[in-house]
Amino acid sequence: MKEFALIFRLNNIADFKPSPEQMQERMNWLAGIAAQNKLADKGNTLLPVPGSARTVKPDNIVTDGPYTEIKEFISGYVVVRAETIEEAVEMAKGNPIFKIGGNIEVREVLKRD
Amino acid sequence: MQEKAISHKELLPHLFRQEYTKMTAVLCRHFGLKHIEIAEDIASDTFLKASENWALNGVPENPAAWLYTVAKNKAKDHLKHLTIIETQNETATDKIQAEHNFEFNNQNITDSQLAMIFAVCNPANSTEAQICLALQILYGFSLEEIANVFLAKTETIKKRLHRARTNLRNDNFQIRNLNENEIQSRLDTVLRTLYLLFNEGYFSKTNNHLIRKDLCSEAARLTLILTENQLTNVKQANALLALMCYQSSRLDARTNTKGEAILFEQQDKSLWDKTLIEKGNFYLVNACNGTEISKYHLEAGIAYWHTTPADQNKWQHILQLYNQLILIEYSPVTALNRTFAFAKVYGNKQAISEAEKLNLTESNYYHELLGYLYTEINIDKAINYYERAIGLTKSRAEKQTLAKEIERLKEKKGVNRHKR
Repeated sequence: MKEFALIFRLNNIADFKPSPEQMQERMNWLAGIAAQNKLADKGNTLLPVPGSARTVKPDNIVTDGPYTEIKEFISGYVVVRAETIEEAVEMAKGNPIFKIGGNIEVREVLKRD
Repeated sequence: MQEKAISHKELLPHLFRQEYTKMTAVLCRHFGLKHIEIAEDIASDTFLKASENWALNGVPENPAAWLYTVAKNKAKDHLKHLTIIETQNETATDKIQAEHNFEFNNQNITDSQLAMIFAVCNPANSTEAQICLALQILYGFSLEEIANVFLAKTETIKKRLHRARTNLRNDNFQIRNLNENEIQSRLDTVLRTLYLLFNEGYFSKTNNHLIRKDLCSEAARLTLILTENQLTNVKQANALLALMCYQSSRLDARTNTKGEAILFEQQDKSLWDKTLIEKGNFYLVNACNGTEISKYHLEAGIAYWHTTPADQNKWQHILQLYNQLILIEYSPVTALNRTFAFAKVYGNKQAISEAEKLNLTESNYYHELLGYLYTEINIDKAINYYERAIGLTKSRAEKQTLAKEIERLKEKKGVNRHKR
């Protein structure tokens, strides 16, 4: 079994705070993967709000948030177990993030020893 | 005279189960774990004497007190005997460091049993071995009864117990003065073992209803001891006890007079024990008085919702709790139960695709669940899944229940064809 990180991206910061229904859908999706015993790490949410997000660049340049140049921002990640990247992609397809215009990047994890 | 003889025969096995484990715990605490065999011999001798004496003279007015007096005298005799040997042989290494005075009072019994629970739950032993040991030492089960619980050969159990008891004797566990450090280091194992002991009864492989009830009520009694001691009265123990109370409240409703399992939805709710449900509520409130959420909290929460009448959001709550539970710890049973709750909220059709993803093809419950979900959608598939479940289950009662369901579906199918 390989591990794949699913990285969630959103376009609109207003979508970051989910409604109770959205929360329930997300939990159902996550628990559905855990129920297959394929959740390697339930991951974390990454706060995009001012005061919680900075980007550090060369020459000591620090900007607020990740969103000055790129529109999209990363909202969180989980790590799943799958035989192939296709299987991981299938898991990602069930996530409700697409309903609010978000996207998911699937990346195989190469473990540091 | 005859009446007395009958009553002593009825009373003794019951008393044996109840008092034997208490007696050995107190004696063990007195003599030290290394000498557990001596403690057990004294307790056995005491019961042997009781069965002889009571058969002739009738049951004494206070049987338990009678037993403890005899046990105490036997222990004293044993210590006297040892002192003589020790003075003759100064180099005796296995000295029993015990005072000659001790009492079988309630406090000492409870403290000793609590210490014994922690002694038995030694992480050096495998989980299976811990459970066997607990059944023998804390429950007072015989080898045959333990074998019956596991559907294993007595010889296998004997070997398992032999290794576990060697570890128990050689463990430097301070049974006399149970301290905070030892409690902290073993509390998780203790809770887990008690949880498994209870489940062994609740989801038992054995069809013997009485053994199952015994397994459950003893696990609850031992957990109650934890909640009664300041050092062990943690939130998790309260949550576990709440879970046990809720589950126990349905024990009588779960099987019919023939010992066949009755599905939750078909249970006669008037058979649910309301006192136990209220006790469950009491301990759950105690458990939730903080921020900690353990798997016992979540399972108790689920069991709580099962005891409530059909609240319209009931299954939503249950599904959410299962979602949290499966994130804490994966188990095939949790995965299947979660899918059942999912079906209750989102319908059988959506749940079928959730269920198929689980891919637990070796589990009879997996096929049972799919059979259930397909019942209204595709009778042939439902029958097919139920048949596979029958092939996989070892329980006779379950085979019967499933066969009945298949019959019902076949009849329904026949009627449908007839209508067309």
